[in-house]
Amino acid sequence: MNKKVNDFSITVGTKNGSGSSTANNTILRSIFKMGIPVSGKNLFPSNIQGLPTWYTIRANKDGFIARHETNEIVIAMNPNSFARDLASVAPGGAFFYSDDIKQPITRVDVAIYPMPIKAIVKNDPNIPTDFRELVGNMVYVGILAQMIDMDMDAILAALTFHFKGKQKPIDMNFNALKAGADWARENLEKKDPFYLEQMDKTNGMIMADGNTAAAIGSVFGGVQFSAWYPITPASSLAESLNDYLPMLRKREDGKHTYAVVQAEDELAAHGMTIGAGWAGLRSMTSTSGPGLSLMTEFAGLAYYAEVPVVIWDVQRIGPSTGLPTRTSQGDLTFTHFIGHGDSHSVVLLPGDVYECFEFGWKSFDVAEHVQTPIFVLSDLDMGMNQWMSKPFQYPDVPMDRGKVLTEQDLEELKGSWGRYLDKDADGIPYRTLPGNKHPMSAYFTRGTGHDEYAKYTEDSEVYIKNMDRLKRKYYDAAKYVPAPVLHANKKATIGIIAYGSTENAIFEAQHQLVHDHGIESEFMRLRAVPFNDEVTKFIAKYDQVFVVEMNRDGQMHQILLTEYPQFAGKLISVAYQDGLPAAAKWVREGILAKYESGKQKKAAVKKTAPKAKPASKPKKAAVTTKVAKKPVKKSAVKSKTSAKSKKK
Amino acid sequence: MNQPLPMAGAPANTNAAGLTKNDYRGAPSTLCQGCGHNSISNQIVTALYEMNVVPEDVMKFSGIGCSSKSPTYFLNRTFGFNSLHGRMPSIATGALFADAHMKGIGVSGDGDTASIGMGQFKHVMRRNVNMVYIVENNGVYGLTKGQFSATAEKGLQLKKQGENPYMPVDICMEALVSNATFVARSFAGNPKQVKELLKAALSHNGIAILDIISPCVTFNNQDNAYHSYAWGKDHEEPLHEISYIAPRNEIMLEREMMEGEIREVAMHDGSTVILKNLEKGYDPTNRIEAMRVMEEAQRNNWLVTGLLYVNTQKPTLTSIYNLVDTPLNRLTEADLRPERAMIDKVNALMF
Repeated sequence: MNKKVNDFSITVGTKNGSGSSTANNTILRSIFKMGIPVSGKNLFPSNIQGLPTWYTIRANKDGFIARHETNEIVIAMNPNSFARDLASVAPGGAFFYSDDIKQPITRVDVAIYPMPIKAIVKNDPNIPTDFRELVGNMVYVGILAQMIDMDMDAILAALTFHFKGKQKPIDMNFNALKAGADWARENLEKKDPFYLEQMDKTNGMIMADGNTAAAIGSVFGGVQFSAWYPITPASSLAESLNDYLPMLRKREDGKHTYAVVQAEDELAAHGMTIGAGWAGLRSMTSTSGPGLSLMTEFAGLAYYAEVPVVIWDVQRIGPSTGLPTRTSQGDLTFTHFIGHGDSHSVVLLPGDVYECFEFGWKSFDVAEHVQTPIFVLSDLDMGMNQWMSKPFQYPDVPMDRGKVLTEQDLEELKGSWGRYLDKDADGIPYRTLPGNKHPMSAYFTRGTGHDEYAKYTEDSEVYIKNMDRLKRKYYDAAKYVPAPVLHANKKATIGIIAYGSTENAIFEAQHQLVHDHGIESEFMRLRAVPFNDEVTKFIAKYDQVFVVEMNRDGQMHQILLTEYPQFAGKLISVAYQDGLPAAAKWVREGILAKYESGKQKKAAVKKTAPKAKPASKPKKAAVTTKVAKKPVKKSAVKSKTSAKSKKK
Repeated sequence: MNQPLPMAGAPANTNAAGLTKNDYRGAPSTLCQGCGHNSISNQIVTALYEMNVVPEDVMKFSGIGCSSKSPTYFLNRTFGFNSLHGRMPSIATGALFADAHMKGIGVSGDGDTASIGMGQFKHVMRRNVNMVYIVENNGVYGLTKGQFSATAEKGLQLKKQGENPYMPVDICMEALVSNATFVARSFAGNPKQVKELLKAALSHNGIAILDIISPCVTFNNQDNAYHSYAWGKDHEEPLHEISYIAPRNEIMLEREMMEGEIREVAMHDGSTVILKNLEKGYDPTNRIEAMRVMEEAQRNNWLVTGLLYVNTQKPTLTSIYNLVDTPLNRLTEADLRPERAMIDKVNALMF
């Protein structure tokens, strides 16, 4: 049997609330510690205890770590999902199961490993009775470790981290794990080809989840106020603020430079956030789609009143009980247009855990510079799962507090200023903050009904002028938001546009498109709306630009169509959402389903007036021709981040 | 109206802060002639002037409705935020974190507070936000032209709406059960009491709920309506006469103590509220007694006015957060961005 090394997926099926997350995180972290690129995704139901839940880990030596739709190794711990779990093993795969589950084994094409977990735990006198079920999870980790050559030092490092160095739980779990490994060594014969081998591809990297990263980034951004209301999958973002603020912003006098308030609902959370932002604090809230629905009226007010606030939306499916624990990119158009009337909000789109950190601090700079609400769209996959990441880097620019007039400034201006006066002709007015003691500092804040000096008016001309300025300000914000990332490919014949957590799936799909179909592509990952010129140029380059996203209606596609009507004929939507983290399979299939091989890159003639698509269906036969067999490594695709991101 | 005490050295038309009454005024009112809200705005101007409060040291807030328009008509020199319907408390809660030395003055109405904003009203009290929360209560929606509000009494007849079939929400009762630390009721037609209660409320450290029956002359001023001038004048049952004594004017105490039964309430800033009880020997620090009096008044159709309840011992929201003394909105990057070495510390904490 040919060994398959560092290239397979492991899925563990357990009962929700059975305490398997420690075990599964241990597998993930151990593989990471062995230097092998890896990802772990928790696929869980909305439930505290009892329902089936899965944790899927993908180890891949080439760095393709998007969720894989085939499971080479399946560990079944839950009788309720046993049949389904067994059926999900790829042919030639391995199936481990807890032997107290007495259900028929219907597969002959996979290696079957029964695990006497209960017996092993029972025989260990060091495990207290009430810890048996919890620690039992470690036994399957031990058996798996033995069977796929997981490194014991790496496992110990993972457990030490998990239990924060506390020896007693480390020992108890590690002993149970070793008992499992010992049993497997003596009793199981290896019948599958899957092995792990040490690599060096994760050297210098960290593992973190996006909500933690966002919170830490916000702390480095100087967050002073956060009001929030519990909601999956955003709660851990605000909770992480409470974890890290006391440590990172500790002062000798023990006093606080910040406040985190758990509000009574999202209406109040957003109201408090806006009140604080209005009064000059770096202010944020974090929520998900249903919470954002409640925040909508306030979001519109903040837009018109030009209040700087940061709103993290860790996207999920919803509302109500509609798949609340499943990931999504479904809030893009909602946040883009949030508020009634002609509102256009600036949206930042982090693509990985590092960018959750980075946008954590950057978002405040953009908010205060532009004086507008900034929506940061993360998602459940990024927010709650552990991702490999480069280490967080200290902000490379000083804070941008925007245009704020102090007492001294007002003295110099002899009190002559207007809150909504476009003095610098950039659409961004000056503001003052409550507590300013100058007698001319105060102004009265309202929605749209104000003149340049914040006096109430319903005058049509004044209204129009103000609305035009807001629109200018919005489009100008493209200068201050993170620029798109171009993964350049000179041989490309098609363009791919995507955003957020789908990047890994797209890298892999690009690889497959070249390898299996001979289609070379260039990938631009958007990191914000509004768009800058780089986006325009990118779309202009190709006859087919596939806009890939995790929702039903192709929301980014819709926004691009609106912003680039001249390119409408070549922007092709590849939208898919099943609640699971992005996988290369649907990206590839989505592109192939709409790909037209006849169209060529150059065709300068077509450039001006895009024609309607030819009626004929894409020819599948043409695209299946295999070209050069040589696998394209990820490193061959050059990544280039534009340095043009943020300048004052 | 009481004249302020003459202050040595200050010109007659300026207060101890060196400001004239004009410094406290706002834009001309656009509310209806005779609206109770205008009278309240005037008392806010006078109270702050007499208390020598600098307009830049307070923030004013409102929701939506006729009442919520009124912050435009007082304190031009004060930062203000006219927010959303029923959401004034959350805006104020967040804003007051920016400078914990500042006091909030919020103006709301009965629709804004008792209907759409009931949730935020309850929670702003629960948190003891340091602000005066005025409900200009007229039992009717004015701006949308005369619909019943949640404080309208059962059986009230309105022109277009017919008869109100529901029991009213009692703002003060709601405040009391929500652990508000200062609960008072007054009547816009009794400007002296309004002013004295405003002064006491401004001196209170924490949330001060002031339910002011403020008749709507346009949509709800029939003689038999609970929120009308005529009814209010006939049915007002003041618990006591009330005088507010600024911190340094203790000498007043002795003069006032000459009359009848007097109860003093010491405020956190050293000022005193003096209640001259009319009949009942009323103790405003007794929450159960306050509830009993309100229940009794409701049964008897009395409009009980005065300081119903006060508790000066509860910490305010911002004091719970142990904030630095410098207002948070004056902190700079040096205070807010962790030093460079901390990034390594954070990375070391990740796996």
